[in-house]
Amino acid sequence: MSTATVAGSGQRADRGGGAGLAERVFRIRESGIVAVLIVFVAVTTAVRPRFLDAANIQFVLVDTATFALLALGQTMVVISRNVDLSVGSVVGLSAYLSATLFADHPGIPIPVVFLAGLGIGLACGIANGVMVAAGRVPSLVVTLATLYIIRGIDILIVGGNEVDASSLPNAFIDIPKDTVAGIPVIAIAVAVVVALGAYYLRSYRSGRDLYAIGSNPPAARLAGVPVGRRVFTAFAVSGAVAGVAGVLWASQYPTINSTAGNGYELQVVSAVVVGGVAIFGGSGTAAGAALGALLLTTINSALYVLGISSFWDQAIWGFLLLVAIALDQAITERLTSALRKINTGKINTGERGTRHA
Amino acid sequence: MPDLTDRLRPALRWESGLAAVVILILIIGSAASPQFLTGNNLFNLGLTNGEIAIMTLPMTLIVISGEIDLSVASILGMSSALLGYLWSKGWPMPAIFVFVGVVGLAAGAVNGLLVTRLRLPSLAVTIGTLALYRGIATIVLGPNTVSSFPAGYTNLGINAVPFTGNDMTWSTLIFLVGALIFGVVLHATPLGRSVYAMGASAEAAQFAGIRVKRIKTGLFMLSGLVCALAGVLWTFRLDTAVQNNGLGLELSVVAIVLLAGVSIFGGKGSVIGVVLAVLAFAGIQNALLLTNFNQEATGIVTGALLLASVFLPTVFLPQAVRLVRRLGRLRLLAGPATAGQPRQP
Repeated sequence: MSTATVAGSGQRADRGGGAGLAERVFRIRESGIVAVLIVFVAVTTAVRPRFLDAANIQFVLVDTATFALLALGQTMVVISRNVDLSVGSVVGLSAYLSATLFADHPGIPIPVVFLAGLGIGLACGIANGVMVAAGRVPSLVVTLATLYIIRGIDILIVGGNEVDASSLPNAFIDIPKDTVAGIPVIAIAVAVVVALGAYYLRSYRSGRDLYAIGSNPPAARLAGVPVGRRVFTAFAVSGAVAGVAGVLWASQYPTINSTAGNGYELQVVSAVVVGGVAIFGGSGTAAGAALGALLLTTINSALYVLGISSFWDQAIWGFLLLVAIALDQAITERLTSALRKINTGKINTGERGTRHA
Repeated sequence: MPDLTDRLRPALRWESGLAAVVILILIIGSAASPQFLTGNNLFNLGLTNGEIAIMTLPMTLIVISGEIDLSVASILGMSSALLGYLWSKGWPMPAIFVFVGVVGLAAGAVNGLLVTRLRLPSLAVTIGTLALYRGIATIVLGPNTVSSFPAGYTNLGINAVPFTGNDMTWSTLIFLVGALIFGVVLHATPLGRSVYAMGASAEAAQFAGIRVKRIKTGLFMLSGLVCALAGVLWTFRLDTAVQNNGLGLELSVVAIVLLAGVSIFGGKGSVIGVVLAVLAFAGIQNALLLTNFNQEATGIVTGALLLASVFLPTVFLPQAVRLVRRLGRLRLLAGPATAGQPRQP
């Protein structure tokens, strides 16, 4: 009898302490990104004050928006210990099809086009989700295959054509330029979506389930988490979000051909990992991933403003990504050993507590 | 009476399915175009797929050992860019070869050490070095293009190996010799067995006394060296060094290796499967080219094969095996009537 109570109280106590510590550490992780961001902005502004011009800030925010949107979907997938490599292809397909909608149906309302893009992406995401969840095959392989297949379909549809911005309605092309109080509307909309996503992952049961699945899939299954359904949902959301990102892409770039979004998938995964989402699942936040996207875009812009050739972009990205994952690993290892110490400590206090009672 | 199952099991191996696919492609290809099986066409096939094929060999070992290397195409690009840059600076070609080889080894060593010593996931590390190495290629060469390499070297890229009747490229020869060496090492040496062991369970392999970290680092370094060689071949074949040489090839290489039946989780796969997968990959692209299919959309077929490579073994093959077992059990039930002697002493 008494041993049972001891074990129970001990567990309860250590779970509280552990969660508190984990949360603090991840907050540190996000503030780390913010710190790097501030350093970059401060140094760049000191050298080239025009970096903090309203025009440049708007430019960076618009560029970040599409990227952060994709990072949100990818975050849900990566947290569940999966990966979605098909997003670049989905962006390309959705960008071209939504742009041709305007050409084929003049006067079509813009929200309808966004819904169409969402539908296209959702269809791709559902295909991925069904194969990964029902077939129980590795998502890396499935989405690598759909990366090729969706891009191939895109190429068959597009052929050698391209849609020029001049054939798109002005209201659509102006979407990236629209601002409220100096802040691009797209950035505000994406921030709201990311906030909703972050709230869902933090506070909804099904959101928490994704973390459980990512930490230990067999344990999650044994604990009654509907693993297949949750993973399916994550892929469906990632696809839908990529579809919407494709429409945004179409509004931002002067021409859309069959190469739109080519190779984007690895950039999105980079942003997510830089943002502190563990590549093998179980930890990370939507806000962190969005910050990761903002950081990578800011670095690009800073290098440009500093007059450093854009040829340096990729090497610096790669280096930063390596630093980020090495840092994460160090933090995780510290955290694990700290949790172990807390465990032993809390169990001791728990024991004493029950004896007194 | 398990011998029926045992006898049928080799026929149910993934490699035999691949062999059937390759034969099917040969039949369809030669039916679609009389040019498909000509020496000239085979030569072109080897020409356009040689570097990818060569890079699949070390990738096979890395995936079997339970890791992945997504930086291969970037190492190819980096070696191509360095080759072009140093040549334009007037370095002698042999010195450039040595330098490029050392850089390839170093690039692989960085991957390997980050993965084994810092215990970082290879998927994330090599996405990082994918950007880093491509970035170095971009910094080295910028927007420049270096061409006009000496004909003696570029001929290596486009000419046939002597005594092969103009049918075999140097890269094809390198691939075949490489496949032989990799095959022997993987399937017939203790080193090869330990690669399987660490792929099945790195921890168990460690306890069994296998130097997991050292071997994995070695595999990444080998991959770096081979990819540097592929970069040299690529540069000579096109007589061009630009920073985006081989961009995006890593996914093709991984696709071929997975198509070959190598498990993404490690511990399973064979070199003969990889050779067959390379043939299937190249054959499909070529057959589609001859049939006027949009060449760039051949990814659809690659993707479909890739899906087949995961769904057939995990979903359909177990059912086939179960069917065979049931057949075997039927024979077993029928068995005592004919072979019932032991029952009646």
